[in-house]
Amino acid sequence: MSPPRVEGFRRENGRVGVRNHVAIIPLDDLSNAACEAVGNNIKGTIAIPHSYGRLQFGEDLELFFRTMIGTGASPNVAAAVVIGIEPQWTNRIVEGIAATGKPVTGFSIERTGDIGTIAKASWQAKEYVHWASELRREECELSEIWVSTKCGESDTTSGLASNPTVGNAFDKLDAMGATLSFGETSEITGAEDVCAARAATPEVGRQFLEVWNEYNDFINANKTDDLSGSQPTKGNIRGGLTTIEEKAFGNLQKIGKKCKYVGVLKPAETPTGPGLWFMDTSSAAAEAVTLWAAGGFVAHLFPTGQGNIVGNPIIPVIKLSANPLTCETMSEHIDFDCSALLRGEMTFDEAGDRLLELLKRVVNGRLMANEVLGHREFVLTKLYRSA
Amino acid sequence: MDDNRKIRFLVHDAADTVGVATGDIKAGESVRGVYMDTQEAIEVKALEDIPLGHKIALRQHAVGSSVIKYEHDIGKVVADISRGQHVHVHNLKTRRW
Repeated sequence: MSPPRVEGFRRENGRVGVRNHVAIIPLDDLSNAACEAVGNNIKGTIAIPHSYGRLQFGEDLELFFRTMIGTGASPNVAAAVVIGIEPQWTNRIVEGIAATGKPVTGFSIERTGDIGTIAKASWQAKEYVHWASELRREECELSEIWVSTKCGESDTTSGLASNPTVGNAFDKLDAMGATLSFGETSEITGAEDVCAARAATPEVGRQFLEVWNEYNDFINANKTDDLSGSQPTKGNIRGGLTTIEEKAFGNLQKIGKKCKYVGVLKPAETPTGPGLWFMDTSSAAAEAVTLWAAGGFVAHLFPTGQGNIVGNPIIPVIKLSANPLTCETMSEHIDFDCSALLRGEMTFDEAGDRLLELLKRVVNGRLMANEVLGHREFVLTKLYRSA
Repeated sequence: MDDNRKIRFLVHDAADTVGVATGDIKAGESVRGVYMDTQEAIEVKALEDIPLGHKIALRQHAVGSSVIKYEHDIGKVVADISRGQHVHVHNLKTRRW
């Protein structure tokens, strides 16, 4: 492959983004309407509505703020407007995003109302769009692009071909010194010892098993059956996957053959250095991608078997599939058809190189299917009920 | 490639007891597969239809035994399986949860 130089948006804190969004971020469910109105008024902005932000507490509240601040702080976001029902929690998000050095302003609705808030926030968003539209991509190393991966609506072709393609690319990115992440804690079930052995040190392996055990205990405490139809999903089963163990070994193909993970991240936590990181996430696509985007990952590799069509508002979700039926019947969602692997017409090394070439084009500005089709799923992970 | 020489299923590892159909297989067909680690060929007569992506048994499995894929146990057999039969939720269950 050609030397890994790409062009991205260098942000105030030195990180590199691959998109240049002006994000309109609601603190809470009540502020979605105002954010969507601003998003509609001011072209070139993206509103990110969600369902929570009220009466959360404890670890669940901390995860909420980490996710919302991380979303605004993403290198894919040039500037942000935050709207909340009251000023104090609104300012907590504003200050968190401002720590990156990027422009951000907060507005609160109480004592102004929606209409006045929308007017003020729209003026600010308009200024940000004019400013962001003059920012230019700069040359940087591919290894400066933080990349996460998870698979979705997997079938046996995922474990055979599309997941090992990501694995091949991850081995190569890791060797370049990139920052990478995988997760899907419940979906390691059956392969947890193999996964623990892939840690860079025994201590990191123990940390992984601690996180995995906690998730497994939570599932065992709440399950009503063997989870068949939920994990594996009905789509997984239709595609030929039978048990969670089978799904888990297929899933792990995404971390390649060589790279070892250097640490374990909480949901939406930002890594402190390069290398492969395990992030504790659910296996639901939109929830997990939202957490990685908030953790600072700017592009996502997403292998699918039966055809999961998930996207994200701020990071491109690059879809690859080796299932010839999926590539034929829902081709508008698939960015890289690697079904040639199943026919013995392509090697994993070639498939990994082609995926990296596609990643470079994405960094340089090519839009992925999820972005063109408007898939902007943003789903917060909720740890427990609100007060 | 001659049709009966065509690869119709793939097996991850030499230790595996199932293969994965890379296209629909019809009951009664003798189909050729390949072990991905060793590139060795194997031939099996399908006793049932095996849809794309579904598993075909490469040997006899008794109730209570394990199905091996990726060189690892992927679950317990809950109904006897003959070589060439379709392996899925009707005869294989998770050992977890």
